[in-house]
Amino acid sequence: MSLKIESLSVHFGRTRILNDVSGLEARPGELTALIGPNGAGKSTLLKSIAGIERSTGHISLDDTALDTLDIAQRAGQIYYLPQDITSRAALSVFEAVLLARRTTHKTDRRQDLKRVQHTLQTLELEQYAERDLGQLSGGQRQRVAIAQAVVREPRVLMLDEPTSALDLHHQLQVLEWLVALAREQQMIIVIAIHDLSLAARFSRHMWLMGAGGKVCAVGAPEQVLTEERLREVYAIRAHVEWPEGEPPRVTPLAATRQLGMQGREQDF
Amino acid sequence: MTVTAPTTDTSIDKYLQRRRRHYWLLAITAVLTLCSLIVDVATGPGQYGLGDIVRAIVSPDDAPRAIAVIVWEIRLPVALMAIMVGMSLASAGAEMQTILNNPLADPFTLGISAAASFGAALAIVLGVSLFPAASELLTTLNAFVMAMVASLLIWLVSRLRGVSVQTMVLMGIALMFFFNATLGILQYVASAESLQQLVFWSLGSLSRASWSKIGIVTAALVVTLPIFFFAGWRLTALRMGDLQARALGVNVGRLRLTVLLCSSLLAATAVAFVGIIGFIGLVGPHIARMLVGEDQRVFLPMSALTGALLMSLTSIVSKTLIPGVLLPVGIITALIGLPFFVSLILKSRREVWG
Repeated sequence: MSLKIESLSVHFGRTRILNDVSGLEARPGELTALIGPNGAGKSTLLKSIAGIERSTGHISLDDTALDTLDIAQRAGQIYYLPQDITSRAALSVFEAVLLARRTTHKTDRRQDLKRVQHTLQTLELEQYAERDLGQLSGGQRQRVAIAQAVVREPRVLMLDEPTSALDLHHQLQVLEWLVALAREQQMIIVIAIHDLSLAARFSRHMWLMGAGGKVCAVGAPEQVLTEERLREVYAIRAHVEWPEGEPPRVTPLAATRQLGMQGREQDF
Repeated sequence: MTVTAPTTDTSIDKYLQRRRRHYWLLAITAVLTLCSLIVDVATGPGQYGLGDIVRAIVSPDDAPRAIAVIVWEIRLPVALMAIMVGMSLASAGAEMQTILNNPLADPFTLGISAAASFGAALAIVLGVSLFPAASELLTTLNAFVMAMVASLLIWLVSRLRGVSVQTMVLMGIALMFFFNATLGILQYVASAESLQQLVFWSLGSLSRASWSKIGIVTAALVVTLPIFFFAGWRLTALRMGDLQARALGVNVGRLRLTVLLCSSLLAATAVAFVGIIGFIGLVGPHIARMLVGEDQRVFLPMSALTGALLMSLTSIVSKTLIPGVLLPVGIITALIGLPFFVSLILKSRREVWG
């Protein structure tokens, strides 16, 4: 049971955004991190998987081709959380999260309300339940968007830089919670993220994309995040002075350790 | 940190309280609209007691014959037409603002009203003499067809890649100018008689209301409102932005077309019978949004009721502002409504458009 992508391509007119992306797999129960420089096509990849962007190629979930599903069915299985959440609609936080639930689940009303409340509680949002979306800070809005994603209980959850507006406390909280969610619900979670140290710390599997919409490397963080590869993909030309003189082997992980963010590494 | 958390009922309770408050506001607005309807019927050149009027409405056979005739043949059609037109314009405005994500969208600013006017003017100037028997229907049909043409043009523009909803609104504004110009040509070539009819009608007037016209406007509401209600969650989702709406499983293009056509139908029937009334479709939804927010389950009925109430009040003012003179309602909405609207915008600190 997994999400598999083979020979996926996306064109905007003559511009090629994704170029024959193959060999990607994401498994349930763990976080898959999608990393790569700006403009590498990370968002386009996630949107294509969700069926929001038109693409050619094969995307399958449990060996079922996803293009056999209609828009609503596919959205029930796979949810894509966009990068920019700018809506200031006159909806309360509770209403907005309920909206996300009701657009897929048409079953039990009481159950839906409980689910919304539960999601708000776990994301520390319950005290804002009555507030309008327009009254929230950027970070609060981002957490509401995550609540909207999770409350739908999708099989596959794709988050496009879900922590970009969050402070360190909430970044760690949301990522830890996503790891737990993936494990407990056996959910497939793919997360596009720029912070490599966080990516290395919380994911077990990585997809590294480079310029031209190509996949550069796939595998465990230790295998993907080598210094030469990062220098090449991110085109880092400047000479970096490492504090200890000797560059650490898995740079980002070491960086998080230096920040004193010990905790879960032993689990991975 | 775990996925499970202790459960209390607080946020659910607050949500349910909010829902109850919204239903109360709906009920209050409905009652106010009913009161306004009765006052509207009771207002006019002939002075009758409120009791007589109510009796004439409830049981016409027991009321004095003259009052019953005046109420049922003249005043009630006008008063009910105000309610129905108010509902149509405000519902159309509410859904146009929703699907185009723009506070300025309404049948008037998008050129739908202008297109309908042009269609109706075609019937008045060229068609009336051709089909005298079907003239009433022809006016409506022409208005409807032109409104559909305008909304299809707006929708076609939206299908081009990379076109934002703002572009669609600009397209609507361009259409408004175009149809106003063609309307001008018709006015220029019109005979004196039909020109008078055109001018009177373009000011917006309820005075030609009849039961058959009310029937047609009501039919348009009966057809479109259930479609809006059925799409309620999906329409609410559109206000989260196109991308998120699509992620939530909404077929954005199809929903936008359906709702645009339905809104145009509402606007077209209203414009065909009462002429151009430009302010109800804009302000009705704005007041509704301030009162109950944008959850379509309450936003749509609240918009419709607010529009009905505003239109009914306008009808009363049009009769009482200068005693003995029936002013065109389009002028009243512009003169009294717009300053009221501006003050509402300035007072409201809530910013709901991204």
